[in-house]
Amino acid sequence: MNDIPEVIRTIPLNYYLYFSTALFCIGIIGVLTRRNAIIIFMCIELMLNSVNLLLTAFSSYRSDPNGQIFVFFIMAVAAAEVAVGLAIIVMIYRNVRSTDINILNKLKW
Amino acid sequence: MQEFILPANNAEMTWVCLLIPLLPLIGFLINGLGNRKLPKGLAGLVGCATVIGSFLLSLYLFFGFEGYGNRPYTTDIFNWIHVGALRIPFSFQIDQLSLIMLLLVTGVGSVIHIYSAGYMSHDENFGKFFSFLNLFVFSMLLLVMGSNYVMMFVGWEGVGLCSYLLIGFWNKVTPYNNAAKKAFIINRIGDLGFLLGIFLIFQTYGSVVYGEVFNQASQLSEVNDGVVVAITLLLFVGAMGKSAQLPLYTWLPDAMAGPTPVSALIHAATMVTAGIYMVIRSNVLYTLAPDTLEIVAIIGLATALFAATIGLFQNDIKKVLAYSTVSQLGYMFLALGVMAYSSSLFHVLTHAFFKALLFLGAGSVIHAMSGEQDLRKMGGLKKALPVTFITFLIGTLAISGIPPFAGFFSKDELLAHVFVHSKVMWAFGLLTSFMTAFYMFRLLYLAFYGNFRGTEEQRHHLHESPAVMTIPLIILAILSTIGGFMGLPPVFSENHMLGNFLSPVYELARRAVPSAFEAHHLSHSTEYMLMAVSVGVAVVAIILAYFIYGKKRTVPAEEGAALSPLHKLVYNKYYVDEFYNGLFVKPVMGLSTGLYRFVEKGIIDPIVNGFGKATLGGGRSLRYVQSGATGSYLLLMVLGIALILLLNFIN
Repeated sequence: MNDIPEVIRTIPLNYYLYFSTALFCIGIIGVLTRRNAIIIFMCIELMLNSVNLLLTAFSSYRSDPNGQIFVFFIMAVAAAEVAVGLAIIVMIYRNVRSTDINILNKLKW
Repeated sequence: MQEFILPANNAEMTWVCLLIPLLPLIGFLINGLGNRKLPKGLAGLVGCATVIGSFLLSLYLFFGFEGYGNRPYTTDIFNWIHVGALRIPFSFQIDQLSLIMLLLVTGVGSVIHIYSAGYMSHDENFGKFFSFLNLFVFSMLLLVMGSNYVMMFVGWEGVGLCSYLLIGFWNKVTPYNNAAKKAFIINRIGDLGFLLGIFLIFQTYGSVVYGEVFNQASQLSEVNDGVVVAITLLLFVGAMGKSAQLPLYTWLPDAMAGPTPVSALIHAATMVTAGIYMVIRSNVLYTLAPDTLEIVAIIGLATALFAATIGLFQNDIKKVLAYSTVSQLGYMFLALGVMAYSSSLFHVLTHAFFKALLFLGAGSVIHAMSGEQDLRKMGGLKKALPVTFITFLIGTLAISGIPPFAGFFSKDELLAHVFVHSKVMWAFGLLTSFMTAFYMFRLLYLAFYGNFRGTEEQRHHLHESPAVMTIPLIILAILSTIGGFMGLPPVFSENHMLGNFLSPVYELARRAVPSAFEAHHLSHSTEYMLMAVSVGVAVVAIILAYFIYGKKRTVPAEEGAALSPLHKLVYNKYYVDEFYNGLFVKPVMGLSTGLYRFVEKGIIDPIVNGFGKATLGGGRSLRYVQSGATGSYLLLMVLGIALILLLNFIN
């Protein structure tokens, strides 16, 4: 059985780049176009994970573990962010009975 | 031959020296922090006990001094400032001069502290008063004990601050605050001179420590060297401010706005003599500058004469005493000017006794009259205030120079020295002495003899002060009676105790300029003649005062009554205040008003307000960007990040 970096290296780096970019753009478009807060949230996660994927790929290709350590950090931060973000969304839902972000236009001066 | 003042080889001395100023400082902290929280009895006890403690320790030092071989010593506490060539130790110098001043400050200070406990007993800020008084004693002790000019300056400023705080003690009254500000500002003018003098000393001699400066000066400087004259003149400007000499004397009469014990302690007995202490301390420098001494003598004499004439027609009991203080200080500077350093200090001492006594007596009168200070409203207080009357009489006799009271000996000795120096100055001194005796007896007759001229209410209220106030009066009266015997004139005794004791202080000066110290003995007959003349003049003045104010019972004219032009001029203090107002205060005020109107209102304010308005306006227009639509925020965020990436890419 080959070790994981080697498996990763069986696919050319370019493909990882295309794939991650595509995922990231899908995330951005999702954030910009969707109105449901939970879906926006998921899109953000998608963006984060596309970056994670790219970091892992680079890390394997360069035989440098730093990239993967970064990925762990991003995951930890993302988990914390999910905890806070979901809690906020739950509170919003309780208050306005909706998760549509356009309803939240009271957040202004 | 180099001769340095050696450090004390004795830890006990160091502790005692440290404790003497420290005790009042502790009292200041306790009373200052506990004002209104401490019961009055405790505050008074702390205030008095700390100063009395310092007095006892000073006595210990004084009597231990002989056992120490009559040798001056310093006690280093710590190295205060050490930068390059400048080395300022925080250390005390104990020698004959500082010992005398220590005893004076703590001794008279103790008596006045005790008196204050009675005088201020009705005041709600009793603790504050005692804390300021203690702070004053602390500063004054630093001033007289410090071993260098910088420490003297710290004490000098400290007493100035306390003077300011205590003049404006009743700070709800605007004129009192103005008087306090006036005292502070005029003192600043003098202090500037003092400070420049210290700088020049450091530049010339490379040190500010007394021992080193005087050694250098006595060896390096020529008589009437330009630098020495400049230093001594600058120092004298400082003394002019602190000791209320022409032309910087106007603050002292106004300083009477403070509570009477303050007038007695600060503005008569101790602080105002700081200038004299400073000159005697710098006697080496002054001896090397006879030109300065001549100026000192002339200014002293002019002040003595000028203030005495004003004193003749004042109607406020404290104002009379204030001008008399200015006049007596002028006497002391006159003595310094003719190099009678010891006589000057002698007069400082006796003056401290009788002037403190007179002020406290006046305080007792004011207390009995429920705050009335106008002599025209008094009269006939002899019966109601017997103790105050007798002690006041002793003080008046002492200041008038009637033997055997203290003032006679010091004034006589002083005038004898002036006589040797210049007959003209002596004659003017005698004239001052005549006026002094006259206005003091005028005061006495107006206040204590004749019929009571106050209101019915005040008559009912008349009472002798409590023992806590009369006992200090009695102590000071005893001192005013016997204080003169520490310096008997040569015709009575060859042993001038004070003069002999102080003689080593001038050793360096004597070595530097031997000719200046050549003894010039007056023949005994001349001395007797001088004494007889000065006593005779005083007696004539007293008789004159008796005929006008005692027998004829003349009462000074009411406010606004028509006066002869000369009388009016003197009554209004020669319009010096008005003159200074017109010459200095008005232009400065005009300048500030102009600057306020055109620079502040026209330039600075618009700039500062402009910044505020611009920020407000910017915020007002930008606030519409924050629409509240989450979607647009997200879009802007993404665009922003894209922009940053793009810019990075381009670079």
